[in-house]
Amino acid sequence: MMERRFFLLQRLSALVLAPLVLVHLILILYAVRNGLTADEILGRTQGSLAWALFYGLFVVAAAVHAPLGLRNILREWTALGDRAAAGLAAAFALVLLLLGLRAVVAVVG
Amino acid sequence: MNSDHVGLLTVRVWRGREEGRFETYRVPARANQTVLDVVTEVQRSQEPALAYRFACRVGVCGSCAMTVNDRPRWTCRTHVARVREEGILTIEPLRNMPRIKDLACDLTPFFEKWQKAGGRHVATASRRDPLQKIDPRSKPRLAASAAIECINCAVCYSACDVVSWNAGYLGPAALNRAWTLVNDARHGARHETLDRAFADGGCASCHSQGNCTRHCPVELSPSESIAGLKRSALFGAPKLREPA
Ligand code: SF4
Ligand code: SF4
Ligand code: FES
Repeated sequence: MMERRFFLLQRLSALVLAPLVLVHLILILYAVRNGLTADEILGRTQGSLAWALFYGLFVVAAAVHAPLGLRNILREWTALGDRAAAGLAAAFALVLLLLGLRAVVAVVG
Repeated sequence: MNSDHVGLLTVRVWRGREEGRFETYRVPARANQTVLDVVTEVQRSQEPALAYRFACRVGVCGSCAMTVNDRPRWTCRTHVARVREEGILTIEPLRNMPRIKDLACDLTPFFEKWQKAGGRHVATASRRDPLQKIDPRSKPRLAASAAIECINCAVCYSACDVVSWNAGYLGPAALNRAWTLVNDARHGARHETLDRAFADGGCASCHSQGNCTRHCPVELSPSESIAGLKRSALFGAPKLREPA
């Protein structure tokens, strides 16, 4: 049952991530091409609930998706046992979540 | 027997078990000759102790598979002319299974995985019940029929790299079998089979690169069956319409 849930979570988080990554990339191009300064960017994002939700969701989806893939890679390519692989992946998830949410707070807070 | 003899063929054959060596033999090359014919010729004329397996010789029983010039093949239906490289044939046992002797493998782990994947049919009716009606054009039946003609030869299992690095992986044949049952209205444990196919070492471990499909001698597509199982994780088991 666990494997099936992980598999499902990985696909669903990919589904969520796909459009978010696209918007994120377009945003970067837009900001760079228009020569926006950090202040100008922060001016638009700070206090914006929409951007908070957008990047909040982004961070959560990434923190679910990437560690599941990492767990698979560790299990296939290293001598680590299943438990160690799962533990490392969970720690990685936590790091992604904390760093990501911290960044979101910094940008919209 | 030598009437159609057109020169000599060099054959390198694995002798031994996990430890062993290649022995080289020369046999008459014939115009119309399968790899199994060559092995038989070596065994009859030069190496009576050579161990190998076959039964039907016509591509039905699935017992003659070996590794021929690095690829798993059914040897009774593989013509030498199609696979020889510079006049040389190299014949080894299948990969991913314990070896018994020479070209014969122990298929026990292969078949144990069929059981593990929920491959045992569970009857929903007895012989006294009326025949269950199945619409041959329904989607689940088409999916099952597309995958059903497996001859249990283990060629796909031998071709699968995931099996080679993860001995716990159920492998393409067992999962292909599970997919036929998940689509079979007469199977009484469809959801259990799906659960087993999704357990650790199940279909989620497949990399979908299709080496199994590329080598299956009867042109089944285990990778497509596995994709079907994976889809079932998202959308649930295929919906069966009650037969009219
Ligand atoms: S597609 Fe899956 S089952 Fe087939 S060879 Fe690749 S990993 Fe193995
Ligand atoms: S799926 Fe094809 S290659 Fe695999 S065991 Fe069945 S017949 Fe052989
Ligand atoms: S001997 Fe039966 S399939 Fe080759």
